Amino acid sequence: MEDGTDLSPSIAQIVQRLRGSHLHSQLERQAKDCLHRPEIKLESLKEDVRAFLKASGWEKRLQNAVYRELHVQLPQCHPTTPAEHLKEPLAYMRKAQASWEKRVLKSLNSMSTELGVPLARMRPAGEQKDLTNKWNEMGTDEPDLSRFRPVYAPKDFLEVLISLRNPNHDSSEDMTVKSHWGLIQVPLNVRDILQLRQAYSELNLNNGQLGIDDHAHVHPVVVEQDSAAAQQYSRRGCPTGLRSDLWALTLNSTNQPQDVMHYEQLKAGVIQHDLLVDYLIYKDVKLTASNDDYYFVFEDFLYQVMLCFSRDTAVLEHFKYNSATPPKSYIHGKVGNEEFAVLYPPNGVIPFHGFSMYVAPLCFLYNEPSKLYSVFRMMYIRYFFRLHSISSSPSGIVALCLQFERLLQAHLPQLFYHLRQIGAQPLRIAFKWMVRAFSGYLSTDQLLLLWDRILGYDSLEVVAVLAAAVFAFRAENLMEVASLASAEAVLADLSTLKVMPLIQIFLFATAI
Amino acid sequence: MNHSESVDCTVKPPVFLQIGDAKGDSARSGVCVVDDLATDINIEKITFKNYYTAYVTIRLLRRKAEKEGSAKWCTALRDLALMDNPHTEGGSQNYFSIHRRQMQVEPDHVESLRLILRQPSSAWRLFNLEEIRLFPHKEPAPEKEVSDWLSNLIVVKQPPDLEGLPDPQTVSSSIQQMWALTEVMQANRTTASIGRFDVDGCYDINLLSLT
Repeated sequence: MEDGTDLSPSIAQIVQRLRGSHLHSQLERQAKDCLHRPEIKLESLKEDVRAFLKASGWEKRLQNAVYRELHVQLPQCHPTTPAEHLKEPLAYMRKAQASWEKRVLKSLNSMSTELGVPLARMRPAGEQKDLTNKWNEMGTDEPDLSRFRPVYAPKDFLEVLISLRNPNHDSSEDMTVKSHWGLIQVPLNVRDILQLRQAYSELNLNNGQLGIDDHAHVHPVVVEQDSAAAQQYSRRGCPTGLRSDLWALTLNSTNQPQDVMHYEQLKAGVIQHDLLVDYLIYKDVKLTASNDDYYFVFEDFLYQVMLCFSRDTAVLEHFKYNSATPPKSYIHGKVGNEEFAVLYPPNGVIPFHGFSMYVAPLCFLYNEPSKLYSVFRMMYIRYFFRLHSISSSPSGIVALCLQFERLLQAHLPQLFYHLRQIGAQPLRIAFKWMVRAFSGYLSTDQLLLLWDRILGYDSLEVVAVLAAAVFAFRAENLMEVASLASAEAVLADLSTLKVMPLIQIFLFATAI
Repeated sequence: MNHSESVDCTVKPPVFLQIGDAKGDSARSGVCVVDDLATDINIEKITFKNYYTAYVTIRLLRRKAEKEGSAKWCTALRDLALMDNPHTEGGSQNYFSIHRRQMQVEPDHVESLRLILRQPSSAWRLFNLEEIRLFPHKEPAPEKEVSDWLSNLIVVKQPPDLEGLPDPQTVSSSIQQMWALTEVMQANRTTASIGRFDVDGCYDINLLSLT
C-alpha cells in the first residue's frame, strides 16, 4: 500500500458519485443564499460559509451521504484489478455463480415458452387505465397463477452450495480431527466464538438490550440526524417508536420530493409494461406473505413495492460488488445488436420463492409506499442480495452456512454428530431460516430486533449465530430424535423464541 | 497502470524445495523459489496475482554501480503476508503491488529477482504467483522550455472592417458565458442514470441470452 495516497482514490470516487446529485445542488444553493447573512464577511468568506453550513445541519447531511457511500463503495484494491475480481475474487466461485445463473435463466426461458407468456409486454391503454385505478388494491385481483411456479426455491440453491468445491483444496475423504462434518466444503475464513465475543461486545450479558417499549421523548441521535451514531445505537436494539427513523438514518434513506418522484416513475413503468416476473411476484406473495398471520394485511403494499423494485434501474449499481450478473436480452429482431441490448428484469434481480419476505417486516415500520420502497431498496443492495448469490464475502450465504456449521461442530459436537448419523444434517434445516434472515419464522417484534443488529453491525453474521443458538436451545429434544422429519418437527415453530437472550447466552455463556 | 510500461523479464519455472532426497518423498513442499531475470533495471514496483501463497520474501541481486561483476544478494522484503490465514481463502487470489518505498533496500541496478514463496498449510495442492510484472523507475521529466523562436513572433494587429456586423465585444462576452456554462456542465457531470429500461419505448424482448 502506498502511504498517503491510500485515501485519495476513495475520496475522488465519493466526490464523483456525489457531484451533480440533489444534495450537491442543495448545498450550492444554501451556500449562495447564506451570502446575504450579516455574519458572512468577505475577508473570511470560506470559513464563514463553512461555519454556516455546519450550524444549519447541512454538513451533517453531507456526512451522512458520505457515510452511505462508504458502505457501498468497493474495497480499496490494486488499480489493475479487473471488474470481475471486484465482484468476486475467487475464480471457482465466479464460475459456480455463472452456471447457477444459466440454470435460472434457462428455467425462466422455458417457462415463458411453455406457458406462452412473453417475458415483457406493453399493456394496451385500457389495461393501463384499469391498473392505475386498482393500484391500491392489487390484492383483490385474482389472476390465474396455477400455471406459474417459482423459478427456484432455497433448497435448490442449497444443493448448489453443497457442491461448491475449490479445485486447489486438498480435502481427503477420511474423517480426521481436521475434517469438517458439515455440508459446506469451502475453506472460507469465519469467526469463532472468541472472535465473535470481541466483535459483538455490546451484546454482552452485562449490557442491557432494548426491546421494550419506547420513551416519550425523542432521542438525541434522531434530533442530530447522524447516520453513524444511529448505526452504533442500533447495536443494542432500537425502541419500537424510534426504529423507523433510526433505520432510515442508518441507511441514509430519505423521502425527499425526488425520491417520491422516482417512485412515481417506477410506478409508471409498472403500468406501462407487464413482465413475466410480475406473475412470479404475485405467486410468491400469495404463497408466502398472504398465508402468514403477521403479514397478510400488507399484501397490497408488497405488490406495490416489489413490482416497482423490478423496474428500478438504480438497483443495477449494486452489481459492481455483487458476484451475480443481471440477465441480458435483445429487442425482438435485433439479437446481437448491442444498441438494442437490455437487461431483464430492469433491475436485474429474478425473484425466487420467499423473496417477498424481505419486504414484509418493513411494512410494520413504514406506511408510506415511497418511504417503504426506499428503505427496502437500501436493505436489499446492502444486505439481502448476499443471501442468494454465491460469493466469498463474510456476509455471503456461503460464509454464513459455514459459520453456522463450524459453531455447531465446535460447541455442540455430540448434537452435530448425532444429527449427522441419523441423516439430519443441521444445515438442511437451518438453511431456509438464514436465506430469509429469519423473516416469517420468528415473531415480528423479535425479527425486528434481529434486523436491528444486522444494521448495527453492518453484517449478516448474527443470522448464523442465531441459527446455531436455536439448535443449542433445542439440543436436548434434538438428541432424542431419530430422523430428519422428527428433527424438522422439533424446530418447526420458532415463533415463541426470544432472540436476544438466545444469542447472548450462546455467545457469552458457552464454555470454551 | 499501462501494462506496456512493464519491463520484459524471463520468469523461470518455480522450484519447490525439499529436505533430503526428493524422490520418494510424498509430502508436498511448503517453500517455492521463483527466479525472475531482468537486465540492470531500477524497480519502481512489482505487481502480481496471488494463487494461494501465504507469505512472500523478495531477494534482489544488485550490481554495484561502479564495480562490474560484483553483484550481491540482499533481502528487499521479508515474509509479506498475502493471505490473512494460510488455511482459508482470504487474499488467496488477490492482486498485489509492492512499491519500492515498501522495500528495505533501494531496488536499483537489479539483475535478478528471487521470490521465495511460502505456504505452510497442507490444505492446498498448489501455490504460486501469476502475472509477475516489473515496472521500471522513471526519473521525473525535465521542465520543457519554450523554444526561443516562439517568443520572437510578432503579433500583427489590423483593425477589421466591421460594416453591418455586431459589436465583437458583446459577441465574445456572450460566447464566453456560454462556454463557461458548458464547462460547468461538464465539470458537474453526474453519475446518476436517467432510469429508462426500454429502448425508445419498446421493451418487447427475445428470450434471455444464455452466454
